[in-house]
Amino acid sequence: MTARWEAVIGIEVHVELATDSKMFCGCAVEFGSEPNTNVCPVCLGLPGALPVPNRKAIEWIMAIGLALNCQVSHKSVFHRKNYFYADLPKNYQISQYDIPVCHDGYLDLPNDGESVRVGIERAHMEEDTGKSTHVGDGGRIHAAKSTLLDFNRSGVPLVEIVSKPDIRTATQARAYAQELRAIVLELGVSDARLEEGSMRFDANVSIRPEGSDVLGTKVEIKNMNSFRSLERAIDYEIQRQIEATGSDSDVIQETRHWDEEAGVTHSMRTKEGSSDYRYFIEPDLVPMIMDETWVATIRNKLPELPAQRRERYLGQGLDESSAGVLSDSPAMLRSLYDETVSLGADTRATANWLTGEVTAWLRKTGTEPADLRLEPVHLQELITIVDEGVVSSSAAKEVLEGILSGEGSARVVAERRDLIQISDSSALAEVIGHVLEEHPDAVASYQEGEQKVVGFLVGQVMRATQGKADPKLANEMLREALGGS
Amino acid sequence: MTLHEKTIVEAGRSLRSGEVTSEDLLDAVLLRASQTEAQLHAYLTLDKEGAREAAGQADADLADGIDRGPLHGIPIALKDNMCTRGVETTAASQILAGYVPPYDATVVTRLRDAGAVIVGKTNLDEFAMGSSTENSAYGPSFNPWDIGRIPGGSSGGSAAAVAAGSAFGALGSDTGGSIRQPASLTGIVGLKPTYGTVSRYGLIAFASSLDQIGPLSKSVEDAALTLEAIWGHDPLDATSYSAEYPDVPADLDTGVDGLKIGVIKELAGEGYEPAVESSVADMVQSLSEAGAEIVEVSLPTVDIALSAYYLVAPAEASANLARFDGIRYGLRVEGETTEELMARTRAEGFGPEVTRRILLGTYALSAGYYDAFYGQAQRVRVALRDDFARAYETVDALVSPTSPTVAFPAGEKIDDPLSMYLTDICTNPANLVGHPGISVPIGLDEQGLPIGFQVMAPALGERVLFRVAAEVERLAGFGARPVIEELAS
Amino acid sequence: MAIDIDIAHVARLARLGLTDEELEGYKSQLADILEHAARVQSLEGDPHPGSAHPLGFDNAFRDDERRPSLDREEVLSQAPEAMDGFFVAPPALETE
Ligand SMILES: [Zn+2]
Repeated sequence: MTARWEAVIGIEVHVELATDSKMFCGCAVEFGSEPNTNVCPVCLGLPGALPVPNRKAIEWIMAIGLALNCQVSHKSVFHRKNYFYADLPKNYQISQYDIPVCHDGYLDLPNDGESVRVGIERAHMEEDTGKSTHVGDGGRIHAAKSTLLDFNRSGVPLVEIVSKPDIRTATQARAYAQELRAIVLELGVSDARLEEGSMRFDANVSIRPEGSDVLGTKVEIKNMNSFRSLERAIDYEIQRQIEATGSDSDVIQETRHWDEEAGVTHSMRTKEGSSDYRYFIEPDLVPMIMDETWVATIRNKLPELPAQRRERYLGQGLDESSAGVLSDSPAMLRSLYDETVSLGADTRATANWLTGEVTAWLRKTGTEPADLRLEPVHLQELITIVDEGVVSSSAAKEVLEGILSGEGSARVVAERRDLIQISDSSALAEVIGHVLEEHPDAVASYQEGEQKVVGFLVGQVMRATQGKADPKLANEMLREALGGS
Repeated sequence: MTLHEKTIVEAGRSLRSGEVTSEDLLDAVLLRASQTEAQLHAYLTLDKEGAREAAGQADADLADGIDRGPLHGIPIALKDNMCTRGVETTAASQILAGYVPPYDATVVTRLRDAGAVIVGKTNLDEFAMGSSTENSAYGPSFNPWDIGRIPGGSSGGSAAAVAAGSAFGALGSDTGGSIRQPASLTGIVGLKPTYGTVSRYGLIAFASSLDQIGPLSKSVEDAALTLEAIWGHDPLDATSYSAEYPDVPADLDTGVDGLKIGVIKELAGEGYEPAVESSVADMVQSLSEAGAEIVEVSLPTVDIALSAYYLVAPAEASANLARFDGIRYGLRVEGETTEELMARTRAEGFGPEVTRRILLGTYALSAGYYDAFYGQAQRVRVALRDDFARAYETVDALVSPTSPTVAFPAGEKIDDPLSMYLTDICTNPANLVGHPGISVPIGLDEQGLPIGFQVMAPALGERVLFRVAAEVERLAGFGARPVIEELAS
Repeated sequence: MAIDIDIAHVARLARLGLTDEELEGYKSQLADILEHAARVQSLEGDPHPGSAHPLGFDNAFRDDERRPSLDREEVLSQAPEAMDGFFVAPPALETE
């Protein structure tokens, strides 16, 4: 009889801010520059250099905190976190300790059915380190292996967001990370590119018997470079811990490294007693006071956040899935949605067109959303003429293509491309007459009670009209003609 | 009077009258250096070429009618913990041997903008840690008044250069007394301005919350006009303060009539040399006669200020000096791993006093000891500030000896760190609270060694500080100049 | 007051590769200094926590504007070892 386990998961997310200049100096924040070209006395830790904090970075972390329903501290200070590492130029990191800029917030995960609220412990401001590249034999005089150091990343503003251990599954962890990414993208404060490392995750995972409130031994996992690897790593780790619990190899408190290829976590060798960071208040900086006026200014500038947007879409009659898809769509498509709907178009149809055919067309033609030429009024007209039966839904896709190619409004395109449905009963009556004449067997079958031949006859009408007949009208008229003869 | 003995004000007057050129002034100090460096070792680097060029430019400018102010064309020395682009800057440490900064400290830029001629870089205790300039990795400096004695520290090289006339003025840095104490021991004026009024950008940090750059000079007026050149907000130093330069010159001749001056009770007694105590008492009496109201003031926390100082300063230093690791600049001692390389480089590159303070500061910040040591020391600072605030409710300025002793013989305290630390006892309270302090020479003891008198004022109280200091200078009438012995060869 | 100092641990934290003999010397000096420094513990009461800055100001920021970076050759000219635009160091102990 095995016990049932539940996982207790907390996530630490590091987000590099996309400010023009670094956190404490005027060097460019730029990915992919030549090594050691965006460096100065401050971010290289040269003797005598002093840090001066970037106001925009502070405003952006405040925005992140507010978007995560955090309290913004009235007063906050920087601390020095002391540890030696080759890519940390001062051998201390300017970070925050007991008074972070933001604390005590939460994030509701988008979820079908029951909602999951993840507490946010804190969001604090710090500086990124440089980058080490470990190279093998050769190229170095004194040792077989060496480390190449590039300090372009040193001093890039970094926000660390620490969740409470409120996450229970790898799926939730993934949803949390994705939602957080959607938020920072919406705020426009980071590129949040996982593959470039501008957004990075660490997870703290422990397990305990389901329903228990004891805390298990916490294991930190690092090196997950995609949402998928975050989910896989946590799943793996939960399973590993369940198997290890009670066995000889019991779970120990440690840091483990996710190996994407092997699909396993490895223990990282860490040195005993090396983590006494000797935090103390950074004497080169003065306190930050974030008064109500400042916080209000930031709060008022917040854009609509993904969760609010989804909520609004649901209120407009979209289902969970299209609300989610539309919410994650490019801003251009979302504003088209809003404008089209404001002209009175049906919300579901509008969302479907934009997230379906329009998105597919963008992809097919390799067009950037920002370059999309689609007048809201044309989309609205397209929806109207489909609704009115002026064009069939399959012809409508062609109409859209015409609109997007700049051929004019929906009606104009439909006419020019000869896609208008025959919904004029007198015109259709003539065609129906011909069809009935040509298929006397079918007429006979119907009169013997074979109702399904109507479908065949509708098909013949469609063929005769090259698809332009309104199938619904054709169906009605055929039944009438057959019944009346 | 020979040229090198002139004050900045006097030299400037001669310059503007056409009597001398900036190049003449430079020649005078370089000649003086050539006569005294063997005895004093005030300089680590003489930048003759750069100085020659700057002097030539100053003369050309003046000929064109461009006058950059009181420091225009004046040869000034810099303590070698201030970064100078293209000129070796070592902080007197082996770990920075050969280091050439790619940028100028803000004070250096300001001096250049004021037309000053930077003569060279002066000796100091390694990373400004010391009170005798014996902790220099490049050998000690000596006192112009007695070359068997130390010049004080850590700005001992700057003090010796100014006292000897191998610079008309100098900049030093003061973390616990490192400008005022050597000024006192060499018979010159030394000023620590209010924390935050002079940029620290480009000053190689010792203890960030205590370090402050200031002038060493032959007169109170020279100190005032040097301060004016370097004073003011710097966008590159987040702790620098936007304050207009107070109208110090307006009050230099005002005198002390009507001022209330407090004598700090705790800075007297055991450990103070009788000659120091009696000179200071005489000056207090003179100030009284000049119209000041004298009161005795008690600042009880001063008794434990030194203890707090020797926790706060090393703690900050332990982090500030972490960057010297053999990776990006300076000394490297190779190792198999980065960690080994760093540990070897640092053990080899730092001298014993610096090593001691890094260990002390690391300990004071480490888990389990932080609250009892560093945390408690910070509370002492707050209590001390409260003490000062209470005193300044009733007095305009505070006075004390600058140093409990006159210059001591070289080697006397070098093996006894604690007794060396005690020489800062009168000066470090001003650093802990960030207030300005100035040392003015008031006389010689029976051995012919200078005695300094310290004046302190509240934060941004430079105007009253100088008002009192100028009066002390007038009352003392200290005109003695050291006679530097020839070395027996 | 007896002060307990794990001097080897402190030296390790400070990345100072000292010999045992040196460590012993520093340990006894530190003990003397700390005995004196421990006088800070005599402070009674709990004064209000203050900013370290005597002028007590706050919010010293810079605008998000770029300033020129240093010339790489000048920067690397000070490096004990450099290659292809990088600073070079031996491997870190922690790497696998
Ligand atoms: Zn930089």
